[in-house]
Amino acid sequence: MSEQSPKERRIILKHTDDPAYSNRISSYLGVGGYENLKKAFGMKPEEVAEEVLKSGVRGRGGAGFPAGMKWKFLDRKSGKPIYLICNADESEPGTFKDRQIMYKDPHQLIEGMMIAAYAIGAKQAFIYIRAEFHEGARILNRAIDEAKAGGYCGENILGSEYSCDLVVHRGAGAYICGEETGLIESLEGKRPNPRIKPPYFPAVLGLYQCPTIVNNVETLCNVRHIVEMGGEEFSKIGKPNNTGTRIWCVSGQVMKPGYYEFECGALTLGQMIFDVCGGLRPGRTLKAVIPGGSSAKVLRADERFSGSLKDGTAFDWGLEDIPLDFDGPMAAGSMSGSGGIIVMDDTVDIVEAMANINAFYAHESCGQCTPCREGSLWMRKITQRMCSGGAREEDADLLLSVANQIEGRTICAFGEAAAWPTQSFVTKFKDDFIKKATDSQEERNPKSLQLI
Amino acid sequence: MDNSLNLSEQTLSKIDEVVPKYPEKRSAALMVIHLVQDELGAVNDKACEWIAQRLELQPINIKELITFYPMLRDKPWGRKHVRVCRTLPCALRGSYATCKTFEKKLGVKEGQVREDGEYSLEFMECLADCGQGPVVIVDEQTYENIEGESAEKFAELLLDGKLEGGEEFKSYEESLNQGS
Repeated sequence: MSEQSPKERRIILKHTDDPAYSNRISSYLGVGGYENLKKAFGMKPEEVAEEVLKSGVRGRGGAGFPAGMKWKFLDRKSGKPIYLICNADESEPGTFKDRQIMYKDPHQLIEGMMIAAYAIGAKQAFIYIRAEFHEGARILNRAIDEAKAGGYCGENILGSEYSCDLVVHRGAGAYICGEETGLIESLEGKRPNPRIKPPYFPAVLGLYQCPTIVNNVETLCNVRHIVEMGGEEFSKIGKPNNTGTRIWCVSGQVMKPGYYEFECGALTLGQMIFDVCGGLRPGRTLKAVIPGGSSAKVLRADERFSGSLKDGTAFDWGLEDIPLDFDGPMAAGSMSGSGGIIVMDDTVDIVEAMANINAFYAHESCGQCTPCREGSLWMRKITQRMCSGGAREEDADLLLSVANQIEGRTICAFGEAAAWPTQSFVTKFKDDFIKKATDSQEERNPKSLQLI
Repeated sequence: MDNSLNLSEQTLSKIDEVVPKYPEKRSAALMVIHLVQDELGAVNDKACEWIAQRLELQPINIKELITFYPMLRDKPWGRKHVRVCRTLPCALRGSYATCKTFEKKLGVKEGQVREDGEYSLEFMECLADCGQGPVVIVDEQTYENIEGESAEKFAELLLDGKLEGGEEFKSYEESLNQGS
């Protein structure tokens, strides 16, 4: 459990860490649970969808696409059934927020999902949960049974004509199932090879080639709060185009890693690391931060970021000045992704960190597209060799060329996810990569942990 | 349906329960595989054929899932299966050393099953609990901050059969308020 910071604004995680609050329906009903489902059912489905659009809420899974807009793309003319899928495959390294919601407050997700299902007119809904969350799947199943008994899910919800079953589906340890079209293939009982867009936009050709909405756990929980506050009110939280709160997950070498919910833009990356997370270990200095899960481009502690934001305001930031919202890390050339902030101090061997990340992507590539399948393995081999005494000066450029040939040449965004870390690490820390080759006698920092 | 796999009544009825939840039978593949694997420890070729027949598919449709997904197996792990997270956030807090400690203490190499079949050890990719790394999963229980000396102690308790239910290490699951 993370120690709550006094400056947090907890909306999604409001009750999760209250010792008196359990993951049972009695606790949820005690804090006004399912009241918003009733409110939503008093509205027309399209009115609920309109509120979500007005709220400006952006997807919390990684891409940050406006959820209301995603819903708008639904092909309603096809006459085919519509499906809703909750992406609970949480597997971007550095991310552990959805776990807190599902294990500690599952009914919040179920209420959000049933409101979303009603709004889009879903025939059936699924929660695709990663298989490592054994107990999480059991908790969700028990919660669904409780919700069905209360009439909040399943047949004739709240006594209405509308029925929507909710099924918990377990994955089996593959990162690629977090990619929405890979997830859909997996849910169809196949290997999760992602589908090409176009034409396979899930909102048009999704599960069983029917219109399908795939939303992240945190996004669907927000739907419940949007109904409570109204889209307009919700959009006042945070900043324009960056509405609502976000649950940031901080990991790595800080004193108090954990999950912290803040209004978008309420603090900077520096405040998060040094105030909220208690800074670094004594005697250490900051070396690098990955701001949005391991796919996001790394930020170097002494880098400067300048340019102008979408609204035209000029900015000139150091790493610590980057605002924590969607647009801040993006303006700094990286992304807020799934909210996973990974902190590295000066004891870290950057080439080893790179090798660790490359080993992840090599393991997780589905193998469908040649540049990704071959490239991710090649990058892993190069960096692993570099860390085993076989580094060559030309390896940095070679790594970069392999990464550049993956980016933009694959069916899904995994290609970018695998390429961006290498592109940024090698470019920003080229000296470390060269030094690995030229300075092979260099003594290892005794405080430096093995990363590969 | 024959029961050549000798599955328990409980597993068979769970399979019968899960299949109709999906609009298409094939969608139930992973869930049925999980149920079979939970009981048998692995899904071998014979089990693939059985599942395929149950779902009106070809055996290759099941086999290709077993060979793709990291958590599906055609050979069982040990009676106690220990998973250590390898990915960057956990590595930055010492998971490589934790894995080595376990190799030494449990007498099994990473990725393998001990000869007597008691223990197996697996270095896994991100387990989504990065704030409290290194993260270790024993069977279905998740333990946090298992590093250095605590990893040694952890392995000793595990070997003595005193890990679960003990006071020393409470799992993430045990620490939840599950009401009554």
